Amino acid sequence: MSQLLQGDDKKKTDEGLKLSDDLLEALAKFQQIELQDFEMDVKDLEIIFEPGMAGQIMPKLKLPAAITGGKPTSMLQVPFIPPVETYPNKITEVKLGGTKSDGGTRGRTLTIGGEVSPAFYTFERPMPHKPVITLDVFDMEVPLSKAVKMHVKEVVGDPAAWAKLAVEKFDADMVTVHLISIDPLLKDATPKEAVKTVEKVLQAVDVPLVIGGCGDPVKDADVFQAICEAFPNERFLISSITRDMDVERCAKYVKKNGHAALSFTPMDLNLARELNRRLYDFLDREDIVMDLTTAALGYGLDYAFTNMERARIGGLMGDMELAHPMSSGTTNAWAAREAWLKMSAEWEPRELRGPLWEVTTALTLLLAGVDLFMMMHPAAVKTLKDVTNYLTSGKKAESSKYANWVTVKA
Amino acid sequence: MSEKKKAGLKELSPIDIYKLLPKINCKECGQDNCMAFATKIVNREINIDTCPPLLKKENEKAYAKLKDLLKPAVKEVIVGVGDRAKKLGGKLVMYRHEFTYTNPTAMAIDVTDEMPAQEVVTRVQHAENFSFEYIGNTLRLDMIAVRCTSEDADKFKACVKKVSEITTLPMILCTLNPAIAEAGLMAAPKSRPLLYAANTSNWKDMAELALMYSCPIVASAPNDLTTLVSIAKTLMAYGVTDIVLDPGTFMNEGLGDTLNNFTMLRRAATKGGEELAGLPLMGVPMVAWVDKGDTADDLVKWREAYIASMLVVRYADVLVMHGDSGWSLLPTTVLRQNIYTDPRKPVAVAPGLKVFGTPDENSPVFFTSNFALTYYTVASDLDTNKLNAYLIVVETEGSAIDSGVAGRKLTAERVADAIKQSGIESKVKHRKIIIPGKASRISGEIEELSGWKVQVGPRDSSEIPKYLIEKWQP
Repeated sequence: MSQLLQGDDKKKTDEGLKLSDDLLEALAKFQQIELQDFEMDVKDLEIIFEPGMAGQIMPKLKLPAAITGGKPTSMLQVPFIPPVETYPNKITEVKLGGTKSDGGTRGRTLTIGGEVSPAFYTFERPMPHKPVITLDVFDMEVPLSKAVKMHVKEVVGDPAAWAKLAVEKFDADMVTVHLISIDPLLKDATPKEAVKTVEKVLQAVDVPLVIGGCGDPVKDADVFQAICEAFPNERFLISSITRDMDVERCAKYVKKNGHAALSFTPMDLNLARELNRRLYDFLDREDIVMDLTTAALGYGLDYAFTNMERARIGGLMGDMELAHPMSSGTTNAWAAREAWLKMSAEWEPRELRGPLWEVTTALTLLLAGVDLFMMMHPAAVKTLKDVTNYLTSGKKAESSKYANWVTVKA
Repeated sequence: MSEKKKAGLKELSPIDIYKLLPKINCKECGQDNCMAFATKIVNREINIDTCPPLLKKENEKAYAKLKDLLKPAVKEVIVGVGDRAKKLGGKLVMYRHEFTYTNPTAMAIDVTDEMPAQEVVTRVQHAENFSFEYIGNTLRLDMIAVRCTSEDADKFKACVKKVSEITTLPMILCTLNPAIAEAGLMAAPKSRPLLYAANTSNWKDMAELALMYSCPIVASAPNDLTTLVSIAKTLMAYGVTDIVLDPGTFMNEGLGDTLNNFTMLRRAATKGGEELAGLPLMGVPMVAWVDKGDTADDLVKWREAYIASMLVVRYADVLVMHGDSGWSLLPTTVLRQNIYTDPRKPVAVAPGLKVFGTPDENSPVFFTSNFALTYYTVASDLDTNKLNAYLIVVETEGSAIDSGVAGRKLTAERVADAIKQSGIESKVKHRKIIIPGKASRISGEIEELSGWKVQVGPRDSSEIPKYLIEKWQP
């Protein structure tokens, strides 16, 4: 392992937006679409029209007059015109972490979101920010798979040491402090104790933090309040605000103390819109990241992927309520038994299968548009970082080098 | 938009189809009337060839029109013959939420003509026997890519012959040398392999071979889409109909160009109706082995696997792989299954009591969530182990156990309600419920509210058989 560590879909475009014939002609010339005065009814937004529809007016590739009958004797030349589109809306940018000048103590801030094209459509335009990875740190012992445990066993139970390991050894951009111990059904730790845990982590590392609760809507609200007030302007991402919490109360203390909220909903875009609308009464758009729920590879990843891809496209096409950066609890990949289970010899070793399960889940959602990944295994983190670096490098492929795969003696 | 092209099927309404049908409501197709048939056609649930009157001479024109209307944005290309022949492409849409993706990405494992014969046999058999049971589906590999590394026509011919003798999996014959390609084709002349590849220098000879052996062919132009569609255009003009596009797969910083090329081609095909882009796409994750150097094999397999998975998401219709380890192939095959499921399939199953085997009044009672994947996983574990048991499916709004508990979708109240509603109390004489290990947090509350004794079961349903032996007593 160590080596690994190095709208109603029937609606047509002509209903969704009015493109005059003149505009179509103009577009045909420039292969670009500038949507001004763009209007759409987002009341019941299924995707009303898809990016790329304007590509329908790409000029038809015509056969050169040179050959009309018989077989060609020399290569025919036709152009390929990149189907580049413009989208009416931009995904909101959200800043995480507060530095000294913000009134916080973090060494730097991170910005996510800001996309003006679908994920990594760099043939259209570059990604404004690289996706960010935050590593999970738990404040008490939790069941961990063997493949993960081997990397963190020294620090389990010591969230500050765990955070340090995550940042210094595993290159985490951020750290998520999961306050599991506050769960009334587990240790029922007090808000005061939770504040102490966060303080220790703040002292151990200088990256921006995500603050995770236990899932109890009442207890989380209390603990989050104590933490938001104890550390104003650290610009934490509070994970998460859910529909069954006192949304108004939570949003108010998040806003008042200069933090950001993670708006979490269970795989339903209408619920996501609804919760965001409630948050808008108290928070600015720039304070909201959304978590649409991540299911593991093999256990509903298809739903998560499609939900996120639709949300991102919807956001770019003008659905403001979905035009927020997206976060994924990619660690959920480990809920798949194939990630951790000892299987028959042909599928082993699980020490490789497990982290590959996590990174496959991550990369799938990367391509759907996720901006913030909450992750677990160092090898999966390393690969996701490598891939996002590759994809944003702007460098051209060494195509001749890889073109000879046919004869490579592997 | 002035002219209707073969873009996504959503643009078709049942009326468009109905207009071209015989409209005699003969029911020969098994549907109640022509309109019902038209609706099924639009939803791709039935083929127009199942309408007998439509196949008659007098309806020839309507039939041809329908064929054209229903033509997918990406042409379907068939590789191989017989039961294991593989359909590539045939895609109707770009995005998964628009319509179910057709023809799951075919995965090929390579052999070379310089591998020892035994190794070739082992790799082919390994590919042939690869099989993983996943919620009622068997995941498999699909093809064998035979690469010529020797530059020796006889060796290639012998290797192709060997492979064709030991497997019915379709082949991809990989060599840029037409003479060697022909030797390979001669070894398996009727097997309709995919010929790899026609490029700017060999296209003419390769086109001749494709015509002579009536086999599909790959057009290859690394990282150059204008040249790629030009080759495709030239092959078409030459009379070749079944073409696959290889825009190149590149490692490291080249991944950006790789994804861009696949995405641009698919968008031009599905949204722009471009015929030359509307062809199946080939990805080659095995380029990871090109600059292997001293890198450990496992790490190269890891890279190959993640590239394969990204290309499954970004529109590849066929992939060529070298690493054939179970751990490295499994995630991609499961991802492929996920991505190619019907997106309209509900996330949740109906709550209620499910019966497994022939349980009696002493049989164990379990509960699980109504998230489809959780339910099917538990159900398949009970089924395959031939257990006699009751399973109460609790309404969790489609949440899994752990996220359901965390998000208060799976609560003690709901469990207690479900127990009561299920009628289980009249079916068993004990009052013990085995709950998922991941729901242990709410065990006390369940006991309180339901009056049933709670036994905390395993965290994963694969351990149920062992658990029952060790812990179950009615």
